[in-house]
Amino acid sequence: MTALAEQAPTFDCRVDFGEELAALARADERIVAVCNDSVGSSNLVKFREEFPDRLINVGIAEQDLVGVSAGLANAGFIPFVSAAAPFLTGRALEQIKADVAYSDRHVVLCGQSPGMAYGELGPTHHSIEDLSWMRAVPGLRIVVPADPSQTRDAVRWAAASGLPSYIRIPRFKVPAVTPAGAPFEAGRATRLAEGDDVTVIAIGTMVSRALDAAALLRAQGLTARVVNMTFVEPLDVAEVVAAAEQTGAIITAEEGLLSGGLGAAVAKVVAERHPVPVRMLGVPTFAPTGSTSFLLDHFGLNAEGIVKAAREALGRA
Amino acid sequence: MTAVKTASRPLELDAPVAAAYVERSALLRAASPAEAAPELASIATRIRRDVLTTIQAARMGHVGGDLSVTDLLVTAMWGTLRLDPHDPANPLRDRFVLSKGHCAAALYSTLASCGFFPQERLTEYMAPLSPLNGHPNRVKVPGVETNTGPLGHGFPVATGCALGAKLRGETWRTIVVLGDGEMQEGSNWEAAMTAAHYGLANLTAVVDRNRLQQGARTEDTKSLEPLDQKWASFGWEVRVIDGHDHQAIKQAYAPSSTGRPVAVIANTVKGKGVSFMEDRVEWHHKVPTDEQVQLALEELSR
Ligand SMILES: Cc1ncc(C[n+]2csc(CCOP(=O)(O)OP(=O)(O)O)c2C)c(N)n1
Ligand SMILES: [Mg+2]
Repeated sequence: MTALAEQAPTFDCRVDFGEELAALARADERIVAVCNDSVGSSNLVKFREEFPDRLINVGIAEQDLVGVSAGLANAGFIPFVSAAAPFLTGRALEQIKADVAYSDRHVVLCGQSPGMAYGELGPTHHSIEDLSWMRAVPGLRIVVPADPSQTRDAVRWAAASGLPSYIRIPRFKVPAVTPAGAPFEAGRATRLAEGDDVTVIAIGTMVSRALDAAALLRAQGLTARVVNMTFVEPLDVAEVVAAAEQTGAIITAEEGLLSGGLGAAVAKVVAERHPVPVRMLGVPTFAPTGSTSFLLDHFGLNAEGIVKAAREALGRA
Repeated sequence: MTAVKTASRPLELDAPVAAAYVERSALLRAASPAEAAPELASIATRIRRDVLTTIQAARMGHVGGDLSVTDLLVTAMWGTLRLDPHDPANPLRDRFVLSKGHCAAALYSTLASCGFFPQERLTEYMAPLSPLNGHPNRVKVPGVETNTGPLGHGFPVATGCALGAKLRGETWRTIVVLGDGEMQEGSNWEAAMTAAHYGLANLTAVVDRNRLQQGARTEDTKSLEPLDQKWASFGWEVRVIDGHDHQAIKQAYAPSSTGRPVAVIANTVKGKGVSFMEDRVEWHHKVPTDEQVQLALEELSR
């Protein structure tokens, strides 16, 4: 299969999430973690040992989870709400809209095990809709870290931002893709590879696969620019326009639903600012039974799938 | 890319098993709870064994909750409800809803024991493209009424099934089984009010009260007690039982005597039947090793 995904060491970013949140909590008394029977699955057991009073577990009750967190923000805390992404974003969608975003509360929503990370547990436990749903909420910042260092950056950024935000934390293991010292700012993408023929704009688990696709394309005489978009909201509009102008074709890749996520956000910019061929890779519908890697391959969310889409966009299928 | 063995074949009726089930379950339904109990117990032991080997094959699953709910499931499907694997969509069938959908292995094993599909197909639990997904999917599994998995969904749907029967003047019954941790979801209490308001005497809600949820004990996470008084104050007839005593379960599944919906608080043990799993939080979804499965099967055959 793919080079990076198979050869480089890979990481479960929940580890970095838990460690970074505990580090922040040591420095800032306002930081609290709020869970829904999700302490273990959020890797917050150590946080709870160190800060037993600052880990609030409301039980299996996601609407309550987000509402209580908005109240904690009202009371001067900075709540990091950590729950499985499908239940956090799906079940508590109206709380996210009304209590967090519309009320402009500094609540950090941490979607754990997103995309198809829950593999065989099926579509009820997959979070393919979260990016579409979160994009539909005005004022919510949406961050999709691609590796451990970006996960730590995202946690620190969200704590300091003062803004309502959603962080989509990978559980499916990813290799490190971010160069040391790369800046982490809202609305700023990271260019990971240069190329002239096509640009692959990816997020999260798809970034390493985009780099692998670029390597395969190079062997076929085509060069691909690879952009890790990271912020789906606010999007790095300048980077999208530059990709359209300079490379003339764009592939988007995300472990999420095709309607309304990264691809839709990029396509809007391209259509309005500089129309060029775009191919969107993502999850088209409820998945069948299978492991995460089986499903990623099933939906063509791998280097080969990206190569195929790139050749189609370039009229060289 | 490594080739993966896939299993996308639809599930088909197991005709001989289904025929035997129809005959036998009719007798068990008609029998007194005391008469039916020994046979229900032996079916439950078989289901527990199937749960263990099913999870062993998949190397995934929620074994603790599967073993705590087994007796509740078996008594509903074999000893109480009118179900017909030959005609799983019969509009007049009784309805069974497993709201705690993570215990799909127990549900699938019980459905297979009734002949809804062949028992051998349990080896496909969570296999690539299998109809036996980690959480039950009614589109792919005959006998499943609604897709569950996110907690707090099955009970409102079951309430709608019961309300529908009442509106149509039909006599089908609905039984829904919930996790106790699941009772922390507000949607359940909304449904509890709806059912009481509409006087749904044809609805029985069963709480698998094993006192554990995913990460800890319910009372240490967000306490539910006094659970019986909560149900009673919501307008339900409450029956508190030993959820592993088939006679008591069958008795508690008897129709409402008050015109109100019936809540059965079934005191159970998570991991019931396997000593090293019993009442231990880590067995929520820990997967037993082959040796542990062997030990467990030996305990169950005693
Ligand atoms: C809405 C929702 N939130 C969280 C989960 C994750 N989850 C799966 S099982 C479980 C614990 C359930 O505990 P309980 O209802 O007591 O079930 P049992 O003990 O019978 O296994 C949790 C939190 C979920 N499936 N759905
Ligand atoms: Mg429980």
